[in-house]
Amino acid sequence: MTGRMSKAIIEVADAKVSFGAVRALDGVTLAIGPGECVGLVGHNGAGKSTIVSVINGGLTPQQGSISGDGEALARYGINAARARGIRCVFQELSLCPNLTVVENTRILHRQLGGFGWRRRAKQVIERSLDAIFPGHGIESDRTVGDLSIAERQMVEIAMAFSDAGIAPRLIILDEPTSSLDASLAEQMLAHVRRFVASGGSVILISHILHEILATASRIVVMKDGRIVAERPADAWSEHGLVEAMGSVVKGEAHQRTLRDLANAPVAMALTGRGLPLQAKRGEIVGLAGLAGHGQTRMLMKLHAASTADWLPRRDPAVTFVAGDRRLNGVFELWSVLKNFSIASLHDLAARGVVDAEAEAERAGEWKRRIDIRTPDMANRMLSLSGGNQQKVLFARSLATRAPVVLMDDPMRGVDVGTKQEVYEIIRQEAQRGRTFVWYSTEMEEVCLCDRVYVFREGEIVAELAGDAVSEENILAASFKGEAAA
Amino acid sequence: MRLTPSTDAIRLAIPALSLTVLLAAVFWLQPRAMSYIGLNLLFNLAVPIALATIAQMLIMSVNDLDLAMGTFVSFVACVTATFLRDDPLVGVLILAGSVAVYAMLGVVIHLRGLPSIVVSLGMSFVWAGLAVLLLPAPGGQAPEWIRSLMTMKPPLAPMAIVASILIAIVAHLIVMRSSLGVLIRGIGGNQRSVERAGWSVLAARAAAYGLAGVFAVLAGIALVGLTTSADANIALRYTLLSIAGVILGGGEFIGGRVSPIGAVIGALTLTLAGSFLSFLRIWPDWQIGAQGAILIIVLALRLLLNRLEYREKRR
Repeated sequence: MTGRMSKAIIEVADAKVSFGAVRALDGVTLAIGPGECVGLVGHNGAGKSTIVSVINGGLTPQQGSISGDGEALARYGINAARARGIRCVFQELSLCPNLTVVENTRILHRQLGGFGWRRRAKQVIERSLDAIFPGHGIESDRTVGDLSIAERQMVEIAMAFSDAGIAPRLIILDEPTSSLDASLAEQMLAHVRRFVASGGSVILISHILHEILATASRIVVMKDGRIVAERPADAWSEHGLVEAMGSVVKGEAHQRTLRDLANAPVAMALTGRGLPLQAKRGEIVGLAGLAGHGQTRMLMKLHAASTADWLPRRDPAVTFVAGDRRLNGVFELWSVLKNFSIASLHDLAARGVVDAEAEAERAGEWKRRIDIRTPDMANRMLSLSGGNQQKVLFARSLATRAPVVLMDDPMRGVDVGTKQEVYEIIRQEAQRGRTFVWYSTEMEEVCLCDRVYVFREGEIVAELAGDAVSEENILAASFKGEAAA
Repeated sequence: MRLTPSTDAIRLAIPALSLTVLLAAVFWLQPRAMSYIGLNLLFNLAVPIALATIAQMLIMSVNDLDLAMGTFVSFVACVTATFLRDDPLVGVLILAGSVAVYAMLGVVIHLRGLPSIVVSLGMSFVWAGLAVLLLPAPGGQAPEWIRSLMTMKPPLAPMAIVASILIAIVAHLIVMRSSLGVLIRGIGGNQRSVERAGWSVLAARAAAYGLAGVFAVLAGIALVGLTTSADANIALRYTLLSIAGVILGGGEFIGGRVSPIGAVIGALTLTLAGSFLSFLRIWPDWQIGAQGAILIIVLALRLLLNRLEYREKRR
């Protein structure tokens, strides 16, 4: 045992971190040896992101020690971590959007400097992109802000695996596939396996459990800032992982119940390229297909079609749940309460003045209803974990009176437990007559819908309803072009 | 493979286009401006404005704003017309010290998390006070070397054009091509990611401010070279002119999206707008309003192109 430990690339012993009253890490001991892929799973706020920050040097634990390659590291920081070849791909995309891919490479690799760095940086990033995502089609002189979210994530992953002097030894992937479609995700996971086989180490954080089960060699389950279970991957099953995380068991039990909506009035309809889209009252409509094939644009169109351009309507017709929280969901400087109530201020105000009591009351109600984990709604929004922020965005939309809710892949990077809770809320709201139009990149979510439109190359190519909503049918429609060609 | 021009190219196209249109209009109104001397007269005052615009652009690329630009350039002009002429060593020391102060401001703003507009607004009173102490009444005299440099007559193109091109190239090399420039713009784009890569954001921000100080000092010196004497209020309008120049040239207030070439073109456009209105014989009372109208038209054009580009991207 000690022999293996002394060779660990990085070892964190008994680390404790607290943010104010919140105990994020409560004595975590974790060692990562060479040539292993450690899967890290846990509920929101279980401490995954915190332990990652400790390992990559961004956060110094208040207690505990860190050692690498058998020697204790007293002054451990970002630069020390980078010098040991530790890299990180963060859950929130973290490139500079105003710089080109090459310039971002320069920012990441400090040692690339000197005359002619552009050429070297170009080689470094292109080699890595070609190795991980063959046929990626991303030109390295493009500005990152002009890339799609999937392309940005590909660049970010390639950046972490790239080698410019200091070879990567341990790569932390925090929800790396959240914006990638299935085939890109598979390319990436295949590269992870190659990297691990050649002696590198990976910490893989993902909520897509079969990814972890298929890729990791060892799986660590965290809960409430502690490691609650640690076993080789083949000793785990999907069911076992979910159970260990302590959240509701999912699976076929939560399959949707068929409802008869044939006579329900149409809440929303739009004819564009391809098949027309229609959503009935109380229906959950799914938008499926490979990521980035026009689903988000359809949501935007639906939103634009039923909102006024200049003055807000008295009775909102639609409400929107954003997928990219950082970009268009969260007011970072505001409290949780303000973030929640912004969409329904109209209902909470009398003669233009917000009724603070009613606001707090409604926020308290929703806090209970969807279990937003914060001691005080007056806390800052960013004090919440990612999943809880997303819950607040849900509550924001659901608290309005809008009969139609548009959702732009809102579950990106949210843990299984939260997802189940939100699914339940969506079902309840749909029963009460709310209409949901839901774009999701996860098959499991699409299969919860009453009706599914499959997108390919910007248009609707298939409409599936009732029993026809199945993984095979959706995949068949998404890939039809390639198969026929 | 990619047929559409890059975002940056489109951003640069609008200021270039507006400059061309304005220039054509001026030539049409006053054909005699289409000469070596005419061009020099038209663009003479653009040189210090271009330098100040580059300085402002450096500060804007780290998501800050400098409201002291005008008073600082005035202060530098006063130092140039007095100390730099009478006692060059002391003059150089003062100017070097003021650049160091600029870098220090970057440090303070970063460390204390202060809003740059507040700090620079405060500093503007300090610079203005110092300038008045130096030159209570308009006066002083430009050092001989800067006078002759600014009135030089290079072959082919007048000094104002040559200097503008030179400024654009140097600023482009520093801001767009060098590692430091990438770092500075990276801070504007995503400070956390720069931090995570292990860079010192503090040092980079100080460098951005220091560089801005250098360009602002050059602006003050160039201005005195043209006007031959100085005054404590000589460059007060540079604060807003420099900001307008950056925006006109395709820059943004936040996000580290800046373009040095665009900024120089923006400064030229602003200078030209004034001459254009004079040639149109617009009543002086209306000139400032008309200048604003030109600004609005150009910015509206950019908005329109941005929208087209966006549509293109989503197609």
